[in-house]
Parts: sequence; structure tokens; C-alpha cells
Amino acid sequence: MSDPFAISTSEEPFETKPAISLDDVAVSLGGHTILDGLSVDVDSGTFVGLIGPNGAGKTTLLRTLNGALSPDQGTVHVAGEDIHTLSSKAASRLVATVPQTTQVSFDFPVREVVRMGRTPHRGRFDGWSDADEQAVDAAMERTTVTDLAERSVTEVSGGERQRVLIARAIAQETPVLLLDEPTASLDINHQVRTLELVSDLVGDGTTAVAAIHDLNLAAHYCDALVLLSEGRVLAAGDPTAVLTESNLKSAFDAEAVVSRHPVTGSVYVTALPTPSDDASGHVHVVGGGGTGARALHVLSAAGYALSAGALNEGDTDAEAARRVGADLVTVPPYAPVDDAAQAAVESRVEAADVTVVADVEIGDGNLANLEAALAAEYLVLVEERSFSERNYAGDDGRAVYERLKARARVVEPGELLSVVGELACESFGDSADSEVEVSATESKDSTTKPSGPAQSNQS
Amino acid sequence: MNVRTRATTWALGLSVLLAFVVVVSAGIGHVSIPPRTVARILLDALSVPVGVSFGGGISVPLVGTVPTPSLSLASPFDFSVPDTARIIVLSVRLPRILLASLVGFALATAGVVMQGFFRNPMADPSIIGVSSGAAVGAVATIALSLSVPFGLHGAAFASAVITAFVVYLLATENGRTPVATLLLAGVAVQTFLGAVISFLLLQAGESLRQVVFWLMGHLAGATWDEVTLLALVLPIPVGILLAYARDLNVLLLGEDDAQSLGIEVERTKRLLLATASVVTAAAVSVSGVIGFVGLVVPHMLRLVVGPDHRVLLPASALAGASFLVVTDTIARNGAAEIPVGVVTAALGAPFFLYLLRTREVHSP
Repeated sequence: MSDPFAISTSEEPFETKPAISLDDVAVSLGGHTILDGLSVDVDSGTFVGLIGPNGAGKTTLLRTLNGALSPDQGTVHVAGEDIHTLSSKAASRLVATVPQTTQVSFDFPVREVVRMGRTPHRGRFDGWSDADEQAVDAAMERTTVTDLAERSVTEVSGGERQRVLIARAIAQETPVLLLDEPTASLDINHQVRTLELVSDLVGDGTTAVAAIHDLNLAAHYCDALVLLSEGRVLAAGDPTAVLTESNLKSAFDAEAVVSRHPVTGSVYVTALPTPSDDASGHVHVVGGGGTGARALHVLSAAGYALSAGALNEGDTDAEAARRVGADLVTVPPYAPVDDAAQAAVESRVEAADVTVVADVEIGDGNLANLEAALAAEYLVLVEERSFSERNYAGDDGRAVYERLKARARVVEPGELLSVVGELACESFGDSADSEVEVSATESKDSTTKPSGPAQSNQS
Repeated sequence: MNVRTRATTWALGLSVLLAFVVVVSAGIGHVSIPPRTVARILLDALSVPVGVSFGGGISVPLVGTVPTPSLSLASPFDFSVPDTARIIVLSVRLPRILLASLVGFALATAGVVMQGFFRNPMADPSIIGVSSGAAVGAVATIALSLSVPFGLHGAAFASAVITAFVVYLLATENGRTPVATLLLAGVAVQTFLGAVISFLLLQAGESLRQVVFWLMGHLAGATWDEVTLLALVLPIPVGILLAYARDLNVLLLGEDDAQSLGIEVERTKRLLLATASVVTAAAVSVSGVIGFVGLVVPHMLRLVVGPDHRVLLPASALAGASFLVVTDTIARNGAAEIPVGVVTAALGAPFFLYLLRTREVHSP
């Protein structure tokens, strides 16, 4: 296909007719261009996630796909038919839409709401047929809302109401299903249940397009993603190809780290606070096994120059340190920290304004890191667990740690940034005249601001 | 119980209630007539359409008084009833009672449709200016002693329909009519027409009393002509609205949802608006502005039968008929005859406030 944004997961050469095909679609609302020349093909039987910042045109695109909005330019074909030349009824037999659940002010019983999904299949004076009844029963069973049938739709919970609306769309029996933010305002359990359900439907041959705010859910469940930005397709295709740091930077204007989720193996996006250039200073981080990654992200985002180590090559923290551009001391995989490495760490600790020791497990192999940290003038220990829980170096380990603790500030992870800020100021104060003092005070103020958790999901 | 059964059950039950209310109401008045006698008179009269196969329906309004030769035709019932009672019931009270029931029927029907259409239980049939429009036509005709084709009714009906159309045009842009805009346009036009009516009142001079009486809503002096007129006008639009009951249900989900479920939203809105306006205009042009029937009755019935228009629409229509017969019976049996609009408002407003306090206050 010549289309640069053709989304295809099947290699089948004969499958030439996409379920949805947008060709150079432009839509403007109230004089503002919302969609600006979109061309996307979606193969049948795929689950496509529509992602992008607020106002990128996700909802508008969905409303154009179901025929509610007519494009000013371009065409939308669904199952080979130009959706905007069809009657509303015919279009509704091709595309079902699950709206964003909002407060409903009518109290129809759940079953009646699902029955409304049959509207496009019924003539004005047609009775209720067995086929209608079967479709409704099947849809309700599938979404496990059968037990709610006689309850009022205003009484059920938000997650249940979402499933009722999905049941209504399933009862419509269409080849294409659109979902507008199906996980917004749902708790994590219902988010997963909802997307699992959509995945199942896609497994049965339905084509689904969903606007999804949560990038990580989108990456995990969708076969392909379409990243919209300012009414255009910025990237489309496999989640790994779409969710890159540079794409996220240009679409969301956000600093984000893209990695693999350790459990699911899906692409995983972590948003970072916007860097503030006010913080300055050099911080050395002693970590390992992922314990230092958080400190590295937070401090990097706050604007500190970083060094880290010593770490084994391939350690999670080593990756994290590289990502934030830290000056990294490494030793080979599984090797202990040798004398050379210890000296290298010591020199960095001495050069640093503040040294941070993460909540790291200490064994004979990395005890040298703690010894090197003794050289620090300003020291912060991050403690989530007590040291005895993570000490595998016996009395030697305890002895070194006690010495560190005697001169260190011990903090919880959430306090790290503000404490480092304070200490960095003091470090400046030691060596500088009053002129620097002023800027150091400023830096202290600013560093207390972004102290929220840095590893929260992009959402 | 499926919808069809529920609709039929409610319709039958409320029809029986209506028949009961009509019989009782026809017995109440200056001369009290026992319900049994009234029932006999009505059953005798019922044979009119039975006895005369065709032409009967037309001959009645032309004759003006009903105890006509048709009664002596082979009737299934032939009760001996005093002639005075017969004349009081058939010539004096029945036209008024039937007109009340038809007007109540029409206003409640239009009220249900407007509330569904606007997805707002505070909407009523005159929300897009139909009543104000009718009032301007009627008041202008009376105050300025205009002579218009089809008289007062014609003028009121025409100006009501024209007003609704103007409001619709004002609120429509690029083929779309957002209900919020429609609502605001309706309010603006109503305000404007209110000013016109006030101005016409100043010009009314000697006919002022007649104008005010019309404005308050009245059923006094109802004639068989008016009954026949409404009975001929209403069936088609009401039938259309009943056929669209399911679409109204889907529209309650919101316009985007309705569109995605295969409803041609704008076309359906246009049709519902036009039809409901005609129904309202027909009622208002014969009875004047009778408030609260179209607001309170649908609201009340929604609490009882639920939001499904396939049940709500016929149930409200029949309940509205009974409601207006009852309120008009009160209106004509006070110390002095008062306009029925005063009674419906006096009963309706407190009830509406009660709803407001008990239901609307709690929902965010």
C-alpha cells in the first residue's frame, strides 16, 4: 500500500479491502480546523488505539467515522461504503459507537437500553423479532450485565454502565466498533475488564477503534496505534513504532521515558516532570537493581547533573542512568565492584555536591560503593526498608552503613528532591560568597515544587 | 410485561378513568344530574354514529344541538330520561367537557414530546412560542376587530404555527438545530410577543375583558363545532407522534447516541417539532392559553409509568384529558365562573414546586 499510515497486522496479500479507510479527511468545526488531511487505513479484525493530546481531534475523528460529522474534504469508507452517503440507519448497521459514559438522566431499565441497539435493524412498524431478542441476550451475556437487566441504568455503577453501553453496541451487530475513551473514569479493574472485552470482540473479527487516554493501556491492548497531533497523524502502526520518546515529545510536549514493562512486556511510557533549569549542582547516586532509577529520573528532571555507580552492565539502574545522561561507572555483569571502580566512584562522590544512596540491597559485591560514599560531604540515604532487610554483607555492611547514617539525612522517597535541594544549597553556601547565596535560595524554592511522584503513569 | 401490553393496559385503564370523569363531570353543575342518568343519556347518544352510517358526523355540528332525529334511530339503548336533563347534558355540558378532554389530550401529548425532545422535564408545549403566537393572533383579532378567514380560531392557529416556524428558523444554522439554541430563541420570541400582547391590550378598549378572558384560557361557550374541529385535526399528528415514540426514546440518550443508533436526528427533530407545534396550536387556538397541563401531566405520568414513550405518550394524553375535564369542572362550579387556566395553574404550580423540591433538588 502506498499510504504511509496503513495499519496492517496481517501479512495476507489478498486482504486488500480495509475495514476503515480515511482518505485526506478534513473537518472543521465552528471555523476551526480540527482534522487536517487525515489518511488512515484500518484492517479488519484489528484493535486500533487513537492517542494524542487533548484537542488533537480524537473525538472528532470518531464522530467523523460514525457519520455524525461530515468532512469538508476527503472520504471515509467503512466496509467499502462511503459512510457519509449512507442513511443514518444504514451507517448504524456498519458502525456502532460506545460513547463516553456520562451522567444519564433517564431511568430506562438496562435491558431497554441494550434493546435500543437494535434500532437500526428495525423498521418503524416492525415488531420485536426473535433475532432481535437473541442479539440482545447475547450482548448482555457477553458483557455480563444480564443480572442487571431490570435495574435502572441510572442506578448501576459507572463500570456497569460502561458495559451496558458496550452491550448496546454489540447488539447493533456491526463490523466496526468505535469507543470514545472507554476507560476514562473507570477504576483500574474495570479499565482492564473493558479493554479485555474489546480485545475479545476483535478476536472474533470485529474491528475496533478506541480513543484512549492512557498510553500504557493503549500500548498493551491495541494491535496498532494512531498518534494524532493538531489534527494530523503524527505516527501510526505498531505501538513500539508509535510510542517513541521523540513522538511523545512532539505530540504531547512532554518529557517521557519509553521502556518495556517488566511484567507485561508491552511498551511502557513514564512521564517525567518538565525539567526546571533552576536546580543546579552535581548529585551522585548509588543504586542498583532498579532502586536508583527513580532518584535518577527525579533529579534529572529537576535539572541536576548526575553521576551514578558503580553498577553492573545491564542493571536496570545502569539503563536509567544512561537514559538521563548520567556519568556512569560500570563493572561487567555479575562482577563485584573492584578497586579501580571504587576509586572512580570515590572521585565522583568527592566532586558531587550531594551523594544519594538509594534503598539498595548491599552484598559483598557492592559494599565498595558504600565505602566510596563515605567520601561525601553531603549525604542522603533513601530508606524504604530497614537496612537489615537488605543487608547481605553481614557485620561489615552494617558497620559501613552505620557510619554513613551517622552523617546522612535519611529520607523517604517522596522527600528526596526537596532534601537534595536543601543540601545542594548548603554545599553552595560553603564555598561561595553572598552573591551565589541569592541564586542558591532561589534554587531552594524551586526545587521544593516538583516533589510529586515522578513515576506516575502518563494519563 | 412487555411494552405493548403495558401500553395497552395503561391506555385502557386511563380510558375508563376518562369515561368515568366525563360522566361524573356531566352530572355536576347548576342542575345536579345523577351519574346513572348521565350514563343513560350518553349511551342513548352513542347510538348516533351507530344509527347513521355516514353523514352523522357532519350533521351534528351543523345542527348545533344534538337531540336530533338520529336519536330515534334504532338504538341499542332507549332509556326514558327527562328531556331537560338530556338537553343540559348533550347541548350544554358535553361539548365543553369533550373540548376540555381533547385540549387536555393535545397539550399533554405535546408536553411529553417537548420534554423528550428537549431532554428536559421543565419543557412544556409552549416552550417554542406556540402559545404566545396563538395569543397574538387571537388578541389582535379581538382587539383590532380584524376579520380573518376561519375567524378567531384560524387567526390563533396560523399565528401559532408561524411563530413556531420562525423560532425554528432563528435557531437553525447549517441544517442543525441545537436544542439549547431553540430553547433560548423560544424564550426570546415569547418575551417579544409578550410585549406585543401588552401593547395590543392597551389598544383593546371595550374588548379588553374578552381579550383577558381568552388569554387566561377558557372552555366556556364551547361548541360542537370546536369539538369536531379538534377531533378532526388531532388524529393525524397524534398518530405520527405515537409512531415516533421509539425514536423519542432513543433521542433521550442524546443526539450523538441517537445518530449512532440510526436515527436521522435533524430530520426527526424537525418532524417532532412541527407535529407537536400543530397539536399545541390546535388546542390553544380553541381554548386560549391553558398552562401547566402540558408540563405537569407528563411529569406526573413519567413518575408512574416510567420514561418509555411508547407507554408514556398514550398514558399522558389520556391522563391529560381527564385532568383538564376535572379542572374545568372545578372552574365552572365555583362561586363565579373562572377561566380554567387559572385552576390548572393554581393546581399545577404547587405540584410543580413539590416535584422541584422532592426530585430535582436531589439530582445534581
